[in-house]
Amino acid sequence: MTGGVLPILIVLAALVPALISFALPERHARLRSIVNLSGAVLKLGLVAYLLLAVADGAAPEARLSLAPGLDLLLRVDALALLFVTLSGVLWLITTIYAIAYLGDSPNLSRFFGFFGLCVAATTGIAFSGTLITFFVFYEMLTLSTWPLVVHKQNEKSFAAGRRYLAYALPASAVLLIAIIWLESATGPVEFATGTDLSVLGETSLQMIFWLFIAGLGVKAALFPLHGWLPAAMAAPAPVSALLHAVAVVKAGAFGIIRIIYDVFGIATVSALGLATPLAILASFTILYGSVRALEQSEIKKRLAFSTVSQVSYIILGAALAGPIAAIGGLAHLVHQGLMKIALFFCAGIYAERAGIETVEALDGIGPRMPWTSVAFTLGAMGMIGIPPMAGFVSKFYLGVGAVQTGANWVVVVLATSSLLNAAYFLPLVYRIWFLPAPEDRAAPADGFERPLGLIVPAVIAAGAALAVGLMAGSPLSPLGWATLIVERDYLP
Amino acid sequence: MVHPALLVAPIAAPLLAALLAIAFPRGAVAAALSAVGVALVASLVLVVEVARTGTGAALAIGGWPPPLGIALEADGLSAMFLLAASTIGLGVLVVAQGPFGWTGRETRKGYSFWPLALCLLAALNAIFLSRDFFNFYVGLELLSLSAVALVALDGKREAIEAALRYLMFALVGSLLYLLGAALLYAQYGTLDIGLIAASAETNGPTLVAAGLMTAGLAAKTALFPLHAWLPSAHTGAPAVASAMLSALVPKASFFILVRVWFDALPGQAGPGLTLVLGTMGAVAIVYGSILALLQERLKLIIAYSTVAQLGYLFLVFPLAGGDSTAQPWFAGAWTGGMVHAVSHGLAKAAMFLCAGAMMAAAGGDKLSDVRGIVAKMPLATFAFALAAVTLMGLPPSGGFLAKYLMLTAAFASGAWVWGAVVLAGGLLAALYLYRPLASLFAPADPDRTFTSVPLRTELVPLALALVAVLLGVASQFPYDILQVGRSVAAEAGLE
Amino acid sequence: MGGDPIIASWLVYGCCGAVLVGLGLFGFMRPTTTLRRVLAFNIVGSGIFLLFGATGYRVPSTGADPVPQALIITGIVVALAATALAVALMLALARVSAGRDEDA
Repeated sequence: MTGGVLPILIVLAALVPALISFALPERHARLRSIVNLSGAVLKLGLVAYLLLAVADGAAPEARLSLAPGLDLLLRVDALALLFVTLSGVLWLITTIYAIAYLGDSPNLSRFFGFFGLCVAATTGIAFSGTLITFFVFYEMLTLSTWPLVVHKQNEKSFAAGRRYLAYALPASAVLLIAIIWLESATGPVEFATGTDLSVLGETSLQMIFWLFIAGLGVKAALFPLHGWLPAAMAAPAPVSALLHAVAVVKAGAFGIIRIIYDVFGIATVSALGLATPLAILASFTILYGSVRALEQSEIKKRLAFSTVSQVSYIILGAALAGPIAAIGGLAHLVHQGLMKIALFFCAGIYAERAGIETVEALDGIGPRMPWTSVAFTLGAMGMIGIPPMAGFVSKFYLGVGAVQTGANWVVVVLATSSLLNAAYFLPLVYRIWFLPAPEDRAAPADGFERPLGLIVPAVIAAGAALAVGLMAGSPLSPLGWATLIVERDYLP
Repeated sequence: MVHPALLVAPIAAPLLAALLAIAFPRGAVAAALSAVGVALVASLVLVVEVARTGTGAALAIGGWPPPLGIALEADGLSAMFLLAASTIGLGVLVVAQGPFGWTGRETRKGYSFWPLALCLLAALNAIFLSRDFFNFYVGLELLSLSAVALVALDGKREAIEAALRYLMFALVGSLLYLLGAALLYAQYGTLDIGLIAASAETNGPTLVAAGLMTAGLAAKTALFPLHAWLPSAHTGAPAVASAMLSALVPKASFFILVRVWFDALPGQAGPGLTLVLGTMGAVAIVYGSILALLQERLKLIIAYSTVAQLGYLFLVFPLAGGDSTAQPWFAGAWTGGMVHAVSHGLAKAAMFLCAGAMMAAAGGDKLSDVRGIVAKMPLATFAFALAAVTLMGLPPSGGFLAKYLMLTAAFASGAWVWGAVVLAGGLLAALYLYRPLASLFAPADPDRTFTSVPLRTELVPLALALVAVLLGVASQFPYDILQVGRSVAAEAGLE
Repeated sequence: MGGDPIIASWLVYGCCGAVLVGLGLFGFMRPTTTLRRVLAFNIVGSGIFLLFGATGYRVPSTGADPVPQALIITGIVVALAATALAVALMLALARVSAGRDEDA
């Protein structure tokens, strides 16, 4: 297979611009932007090419042996491509947004360097073909995210960074224990070939499974391991977008999907009695995140708790152990990314251009900042799950899937959560469009909705969130692709 | 068959350069750099040869075979350690041109540094190439004496006191080792490792002899609780010297310890000894990390980190042979320990060199002194961070590979406790390295100015730290090298 | 055979060596000054050399084994160098802390 070079090229498409960014002196802003944007465009092109190949059934792989049995394996399958496509698209628009947002602030070489490293690590996570490869890239992600969280270098961001590491590093240790415990009995674990788990006893397997969930749950912000995520809002807006939609929480959720589908297998997870407890934990996180979001008066904090809640839909979909729910969960991986990144972009624009950081300050901003506000409203509608937005599609599949597996209680959770979502998003929409603006709001000299580099990515992300809902029937939509994944790889 | 010069050059070239440096102080830098360059090339060729042929290289000096003559021999382990020592040595000497180079007049420090550093490197290489317990003794003494003198180089009261304390520990260590060697000779009539291994039997005198040697070597490796000399010695010395003292010197005595138990007396350690060594190593990891956490000075944090990191090496003794049949690799824990020794050496040298450069720029090494130095020295700060990644054992670094191999052996053999210690050590390392890193990355006061330092003092540690990371990325090669000539006990375990 | 003079001297040297090592180690370990420690180091060293030399008669039928003697000479040189360094350091310490307690 000559295609093995493609996954390497895609990782390099993010890694090389990162390294160049580190090396570039601070003042070469234009060159830095060009390098990063071309990397992102190149990556998208390669991913598109790969999409067609994989749709035809190809599975290219590249292997690097570290020590006997310790292989770094990059392997492209349909699930990997779902995640890579998401991260590729969002990387491009986040880069555009970040260039406009950060302008000529200091330390940008460093920022874009680590930004690219994060994306490279996320791509590596997606393509990982063995557990140890996954761990290597997962840790790369942990390390390269920290400098982004503390980018502003003030007291608050260092506290957030400390909190992030305090959650992430013990989680790595737990994850490593799980991997080594499993591999010391079964030998190296490859996702594609499946693993003979029968050498381990039932109790050991259950413990290993929960160690995996604990190790990955920190990044996926699963209750009670979510505490770092709201704190990390101290980072600049593009970083929040990256953390919430592209890289970090998604890496955790993706890892949990891999563990359930490719390491244990849905049947084993159900047989061991692990699926229902995990579904309950995910459901609780969904409701908990929503309730906490209600309490927040800061827009970014409200969005952060909303992420805690929304990411658990993905885990719920995997834990329900039925094909339709699985499709819903996988599709939500993409849907949530698009909607949440649109919301974060808008929150960043509100804060940056109009000084709006709290819910109350949003009053009547709609007519003044129409594009941003429309994008924000679309994102919020999607999160609530109003048809035909993307969020509705995934919730619908999750609900049907739950009924199919006999877990009727999940429908109640979904309904409650949708009500809560509405309760914390609709007041914002109401304030934006229907309340009068305060008298003393001063407009920036060059107008509210400037520069284009901020507005366009937000509108594109919101438009995409609408489009994937409208065109959910197409085979190349996230839903169509998720169906392909489940049909091809996970149906018995 | 490799050329004999390959085995002789790593020892002879630095020794010759040391003599030249004494006779012609003006040419000391040139002599030192070219000699260590020669040693580096020789060890590189040696490594490649060993990898290519899959067998070790041996040379009976003057054509006299053991037991009468002295043989030099390089297996995979020797070749790896030689290469690491030459790489680190060259890096350190390149940086040392700054503080100790010829400035037009002869100074005590500038005059003494070069012969001492060269003797130290020659002694290291001699130990790595020896297969004879008396040769080890001579090498060890040359090493300790040059190291002690380097500690005292500053001439300040604290430095001399630290050097004297170091010397006392080193002397006790030498005596215990020598006594053990004499008893071993009384038993077997030879001190050659191969000949002892061929005729070794388990009896009281052998164990007493080996036990005495182990105690002596543990004191020289600063194994807890015999570590008391290390922090003051490594902080008292000039930073470039500390880099060699922390990265290389303890590895030599550890190397001999490995030779004693794995090569000369395999299968005689018994569960008691491996438990004692492992426990002391485990306590060292926890104790060294906690003390590192409490320090306010950069150099002291790094020095206590050495106490902790050396502890990992001793986990090799209980863990060797712990690979289950499920694993495709051999001697995981042993290989892991050796990879740890090399990657810790590279990372620790990088850290001390960074600390030295930062001290020069900031005028002190308190965490408050170096606060916000990232703006002035981004490369050195980045190198420090990379070295920290290796010490924490995070992927993709040599430290991670080492930790992974050791952990797998621990879990596969059901030795959970050692596995837990390795993991806890990684987390503790993250804790104690967080403070210096956060301080380096913090925003500096606007009116704080740093002195400019030469670019090479930033580039060299960066290169060393990158090699430490590379060891994890391209680990197949070092892994394969280490298997050449590896003793059976490394795979089968010591018990 | 018990009265064979060679075996007797082997034992005598060995025992003397052991006694010296013991005395020296005691002198080294007890709380004392640096100078005494250095002297104790030399006593232990002499004891070990004596012991080492005695092992040369391990196989009486072949006569004295020359290898230990060669090793002892090397050992003496090393011990001398170590002693010299220790004394030099003590002198340097005394110089920098002139007027203060020299037994630090």
